[in-house]
Amino acid sequence: MTGPFLEVRGLEKRFDVGGAWLRGRRRVIRAVDDVSFAIERGEVLGLVGESGCGKTTTGRLILRLIEPSAGSIRFEGHDLLALSPPRLWAARQRMQIVFQDPFASLNPRMRVGSIIAEPLAIYDRADAAGRRRQVAELLEVVGLDPAFAERYPHELSGGQRQRIGIAAALALRPSLIVADEPVSALDVSVQAQVLNLLMELRRRFGLTYLFISHDLHVVLHMSDRVAVMYLGEIVEIGPRDALHREPRHPYTQVLLSAVPVADPRLRRERIVPKGEVASPLAVPSGCRFHPRCPFVFDRCRVERPALRRVGAGHDAACHLYDER
Amino acid sequence: MALLSVEGLRTHFATSAGLVRAVDGVSFAIERGEVLGLVGESGCGKSVTSLSIMRLVPPPGRVTAGRILLEGEDLLDKDAEAMRRVRGARIAMVFQEPMTSLNPVFTIGDQIAAAVLAHAAGSRRAAWERAVEMLDRVQVPSPRERARDYPHRLSGGLRQRAMIALALAPGPQLLIADEPTTALDVTIQAQILDLLRRLQAERGMAVLLITHDLGVVAELCHRVAIIYAGRIVEMAPVASIFRQPLHPYTRGLLRCLPHPSRFGQPLSSIDGAPPDLRQVDGGCRFAPRCPHAVESCRRDEPALAERKPGHFVACPVVTV
Amino acid sequence: MSVPAAAAAGAMLPVAARTRRRVSFRAVFGLSVLIFMGGAAVFAPQLAPWDPGKQMLLKRLRPPAWQERGLREHPLGTDHLGRDILSRILHGGRISLGVGLTAVTLSALIGVTLGLVAGFFGGRADAFIMRIVDVFLAIPYILLAMGVVFALGPSLLNVILVMGATRWVQFARIVRADVLSLREREFVAGARARGNRSLRLLLRHVLPNALTPIIVVATLELAFMIIYESALSFLGLGVQPPTPTWGWMLADGRNYLATAWWLATFPGLAIMLTVLAVNLLGDWLRDTLDPRLKV
Repeated sequence: MTGPFLEVRGLEKRFDVGGAWLRGRRRVIRAVDDVSFAIERGEVLGLVGESGCGKTTTGRLILRLIEPSAGSIRFEGHDLLALSPPRLWAARQRMQIVFQDPFASLNPRMRVGSIIAEPLAIYDRADAAGRRRQVAELLEVVGLDPAFAERYPHELSGGQRQRIGIAAALALRPSLIVADEPVSALDVSVQAQVLNLLMELRRRFGLTYLFISHDLHVVLHMSDRVAVMYLGEIVEIGPRDALHREPRHPYTQVLLSAVPVADPRLRRERIVPKGEVASPLAVPSGCRFHPRCPFVFDRCRVERPALRRVGAGHDAACHLYDER
Repeated sequence: MALLSVEGLRTHFATSAGLVRAVDGVSFAIERGEVLGLVGESGCGKSVTSLSIMRLVPPPGRVTAGRILLEGEDLLDKDAEAMRRVRGARIAMVFQEPMTSLNPVFTIGDQIAAAVLAHAAGSRRAAWERAVEMLDRVQVPSPRERARDYPHRLSGGLRQRAMIALALAPGPQLLIADEPTTALDVTIQAQILDLLRRLQAERGMAVLLITHDLGVVAELCHRVAIIYAGRIVEMAPVASIFRQPLHPYTRGLLRCLPHPSRFGQPLSSIDGAPPDLRQVDGGCRFAPRCPHAVESCRRDEPALAERKPGHFVACPVVTV
Repeated sequence: MSVPAAAAAGAMLPVAARTRRRVSFRAVFGLSVLIFMGGAAVFAPQLAPWDPGKQMLLKRLRPPAWQERGLREHPLGTDHLGRDILSRILHGGRISLGVGLTAVTLSALIGVTLGLVAGFFGGRADAFIMRIVDVFLAIPYILLAMGVVFALGPSLLNVILVMGATRWVQFARIVRADVLSLREREFVAGARARGNRSLRLLLRHVLPNALTPIIVVATLELAFMIIYESALSFLGLGVQPPTPTWGWMLADGRNYLATAWWLATFPGLAIMLTVLAVNLLGDWLRDTLDPRLKV
């Protein structure tokens, strides 16, 4: 296998929003705008940002559940965007996804066992007996009694449903899992259990994760490296500890200081951000964060900053770090 | 005398699947100008408690026991008209999802003005001016223009500010805020918490803050009560509870949060799941999940006892 | 322990009794009438006391048995050709219900398929199908039926075809709407990620979750089809005599309303009862299965 495990370059996704001939101008949402990053095998890359930043779209683009408007995705040496439909279908076995909402991510009309066994049947991995056996194993791996196979999703709690989603994602023994807000809908005590499960599964099966969440502490907890997104772009990316202790991009600093910490001793210097998160329909010129940035200067309004190296393996897209 | 004193509150839901004891013996008090946090996970009864105080519990729920004293008067004794005068003017409420709690067919200015007029005589002109003034107080930019907007034109953060303006316009003494920032982005949440802190200090208003987020509690509250399965298990000043949580549930909750000092390490969690509120018996409701439970825990209902000054715990087993 | 304690607690609060679910009147009524009608239709040959086509001219225009000139062997009276009304209603029910069910099935098959395709694939297929739907909705269905029947000739089969081919739009619209929202649901994306290709996704994941509105529309359409068939027969466009249908009986009885009211009244009552039962059942199904659709 040549090249990094997963490499994304210049990824873009544009959505046309109506109103064209009435207003005389087509309106476009750049949900993902020139996003590039790479993930090493066995690594956890966290993707964090607020609503409208494009993190969920990025996750689905990587799996080609949505088609990109531009850019390239190389996964395990293959150019994903150049794959023919049958080859793409085959490639899906290696990359899977776990969703946020345990209520919506399982087919309410299917029994849990069928949901987990389905991919095994589609890809002809085992006969009926073999599938039953693997379903039981997978249920145990995620910490559930194999008898759960006969239940329907609505009979289970949120945490249990999430475990089913994870079991179904594991069925094909993928190497990459995109976890899209996997614990955001869960109570804190259940969240801890599921996060522990994900960590253990990574260790046990040598998995690689793209871990997407709006919850900064959860992302910091789970990830080796973290990428921060704002309005469709990556504004900072670096090793977890470096990013946490010395955030370089003003938005990252704002984000870190805004998160309420359940520890009165650990209060950060509070930078209360101005204004609202800009709408993806009306993206500011130059640096997208400039209307809310406490350190804004003239260049920021005009020129969009590129990602620049600011530390070991640590990049930030901000004019503050340009020597010129 | 405390501004609000809840004593032995019980609210039960008689459903076709059984009797759900959502709130089962809750007592606490809020002083004037104090912010009390009510913290628990889903299904613990915190929202039902707030609805009970406002007497807005939907059927088949009913308050079945207890007293709710607002400046000494029992709200449970009041008739519908008297309660209507209390709601809004003396106790106001802010909800989690501002889109569904604001009427979509009226402008926000109209709604705030209507709230003002419901509790004080005056002209519509004066009520409108007050609405604009309130929007300014909650830091809505261009308040005079914004007052003429409909809720759907506003972003989540602005809607929540409008909601707060609506709640505060009649000048209540107590604000009940039920998960006011849960649906908001984190940076907007910071702004709203900041706003609440400022308004609370300015007006000397008491706040009952209902949330599942201990971080928000640390930011905003003076005291906090932890509620589990319809009962309060611990109540203390904020600094005290974070420095030395006493109840096993509180400790469990705090330990399962990701914390900078232990990023990357397995999180401790609480075994099991909350009990089915239709089938709870006497005895400590946390006992099945408690690492320190002993025989008597399952038999005797633990009472809230003051184990340290101002710090109450419903657990006879833990040592201070 | 919990059972006695919970029961004791329940007994203390009178509210508990009031909120116990009662069996729905609508469901019981609707279902029993339909079972009764269905049974009568299926066993018509055994149940009917007379051959529905047998003309007994000596006993023409006899009123129902409980009236003055009525005969015990003709409980609901006889028509202008001396045929027993009760037997004709029983046999007519076979046609009405049979045609109704077949036509609903046909229109459901067409409508659900097109609705699934339009909703799931969107784009040009959707636009094309929706334009066709608009066309069908614009044309009054009686006019359409008249056109087809004149072209193809009146017969049982043609009636079913006409009815099925005009009412499919009801299914198409509601299925399309449901599919539009279903296809955005996460479990569909998850199924796709786990190897489901479009056809399998549609049949295995989307369709089963769209069944609720389909069932509800089907029951309501059944009611409509019964009236539709009666209307067509009344206009002479439907099944031809001597096969008795409720619509024909209404048409025949029209001329005798003042003198022999029972010719038209009993078939009219039969239609009314059946449609009422189907509508009530459909309402109940809708409310039980899918509160979203409550009008």
